[in-house]
Amino acid sequence: MSLMKSLLAGACLTLLPMAALADPALIFDLGGKFDKSFNEAAFNGAERWKAETGGSYKELEMQSEAMREQALRRLAQSGANPIVMTGFAFGEVLNKVAPDYPDTKFVIIDMVVEQPNVQSIVFTEEQGSYLAGVLAAQASKSGTVGFIGGMDIPLIHKFECGYAQGFKAAKPDGKIIVNYTGTTPAAWNDPVKGGELVKAQISQGADVIYAAAGGTGIGVLQAAADAGILSIGVDSNQNHLHPGKVLTSMVKGVDNSVYEAFKAGADVKPGIKVMDLASGGVSVAMDENNKPLITEEMTAAVEAASKAIVGGEIKVHDYMTDNSCPVE
Amino acid sequence: MERMPTWADVILTPLISLALAFSISALVILAIGESPAEALKVMVEGALGSSYGWGFTLYYTTNFIFTGLAVMVAYHAGLFNIGGEGQAAMGGLGVALVLLALPWPHWAFALPAAAVGAALFGAAWALIPAWLQARRGSHVVITTIMFNFIAAALLNYVLVNLLRPVGSMDPASASFAPATHLPKLSDMAGALGLEWGENTPVNIAFFIALAACLLVWLLIWRTRLGYEIRAFGKSEPAALYAGISALRITVLAMLVSGGLAGLMAVNNVMGEAERLVLNAVEGAGFIGIAVALMGRNHPFGVLLAALLFGFLYQGGGELALWTTIPRELIVVIQALVILFTGALDNMVRMPLERLFAALRRKGA
Repeated sequence: MSLMKSLLAGACLTLLPMAALADPALIFDLGGKFDKSFNEAAFNGAERWKAETGGSYKELEMQSEAMREQALRRLAQSGANPIVMTGFAFGEVLNKVAPDYPDTKFVIIDMVVEQPNVQSIVFTEEQGSYLAGVLAAQASKSGTVGFIGGMDIPLIHKFECGYAQGFKAAKPDGKIIVNYTGTTPAAWNDPVKGGELVKAQISQGADVIYAAAGGTGIGVLQAAADAGILSIGVDSNQNHLHPGKVLTSMVKGVDNSVYEAFKAGADVKPGIKVMDLASGGVSVAMDENNKPLITEEMTAAVEAASKAIVGGEIKVHDYMTDNSCPVE
Repeated sequence: MERMPTWADVILTPLISLALAFSISALVILAIGESPAEALKVMVEGALGSSYGWGFTLYYTTNFIFTGLAVMVAYHAGLFNIGGEGQAAMGGLGVALVLLALPWPHWAFALPAAAVGAALFGAAWALIPAWLQARRGSHVVITTIMFNFIAAALLNYVLVNLLRPVGSMDPASASFAPATHLPKLSDMAGALGLEWGENTPVNIAFFIALAACLLVWLLIWRTRLGYEIRAFGKSEPAALYAGISALRITVLAMLVSGGLAGLMAVNNVMGEAERLVLNAVEGAGFIGIAVALMGRNHPFGVLLAALLFGFLYQGGGELALWTTIPRELIVVIQALVILFTGALDNMVRMPLERLFAALRRKGA
């Protein structure tokens, strides 16, 4: 009996140092850490925090849908604080888990979860995509552009709708071809299918293609570069993937959000945080890789449009408010 | 060839196989520059070192008992059911439909209904391959594995188009009503005044799994049907000669097998997730094959092997969390265990048999 007790005590002692850690933690959703897009932006933010503060953080990559709850509980149990997760798919699980760990702060990106210890970060992707649409309209010679989404969900329709609004504003008689990679989370990580969709869209005349598809986008950008047409990246700045072939990238400040959450530590403020164009939450990437592609008129058009959006003269419709888009 | 003593057959052989699998895993871990001792410590502590770890280990064990028993029953009839994955997934659909269809007042009513739904859907999914095998001679290995893909595609369709609540982006069903939530083992311990396994998913389904072990043992070794199943599995012509219907035994064995695999959904869908998500089975159907092989197709062996794989699963998860050992390597370790205990069984068994024969000659 006493042996049993000392064994148990020993086990408790060895577990304690783990529990005492108050490191932040980051969970990547399906698609993987190095998708060069959404998840990788989060990773970069965490790495920046690590380089600046010398701290350490825990990270987990989701392998399957059913693991989400356990991953979240494990990290909360281990004392990690705050716990940042990327992706809407954590919404339901977090809603269930958060009340069990009232002293832990959770941050969820791309989804709103109303719990007293959760910070929800959402982006106005429609605004950034609008600017991407404006650029696509200027760059397209055929007057037909493409959109390739990852999983067919309202969130991605929000990208599509913003893009369509920007494109139509600049080219009212232009045509947009829209395809989605799939209906399940596997659609975030299917670069082969992404490439196939590019070929299909090219045969219909598209010469600028916007990919909002996580890891699938890598295949889209590759196929577009191979075929000699322009593409638009998403979430991270993807201009460098194929210099001179990627028109721009619709950048979401996921890295900044993760960085700021890690920096705030346990003092993360619960509530909804909207990252919009005005606050730099979304933008179109301009750097030396796409400089040869961007004419002065394009720069002027984008600047005018962003000013109008920030000033409120242009109201970009958010698909998710009513699940419909004013332009087709 | 003379037979080994029973203890060597059922205990020594798996233990040596395990030791071989673990030593090769240790070499692999060394090769990527990590410490095997440290890794083992993390796994043991994470899976068995606290009631929290046990809570998860036993939860996975429950899954593997069901799928292991499923493979075992079919194996006794000489059928290799690789379709546990699909049957368990369909069982999940059965559970979800039952629980979402009616406003259940209490889990005690919901549990039997959900279990029946799970077993029916799992069994139905095994019925078609069974019938094709018995009537058309389409090999059950091929058909059950193809049915796994069909089940995955079907669930995909159902979750995306039919069961997904309005306004939700996640391809998952609505959450089940709180009244249908199964009591967790931690709640039961709490009722006894013990603090055990807070926030772990192991639930009352664990006891159902234990009961299933007993019932399967009774079925296979204490009933007429069980005798027929075993006779058919040992020698089909002899069974036919004895008047046993091939169609009947094939179909019945596969129905029981599919039903057991489907019952797993009571644990993972009803007990843990409390809604139906994509890929809810997480490969447990395939691990069931290894569990049955390692458990030497006996319910008690299945129980022990399921516990081992529960430990590997939970310990592996901890390894991914606390060390830089990639998750893929944990799959390698699991694969090695399966390889040595299942596929390379004779590699250990035959030298052992020779050794025991030699010892006996010396003794005589």
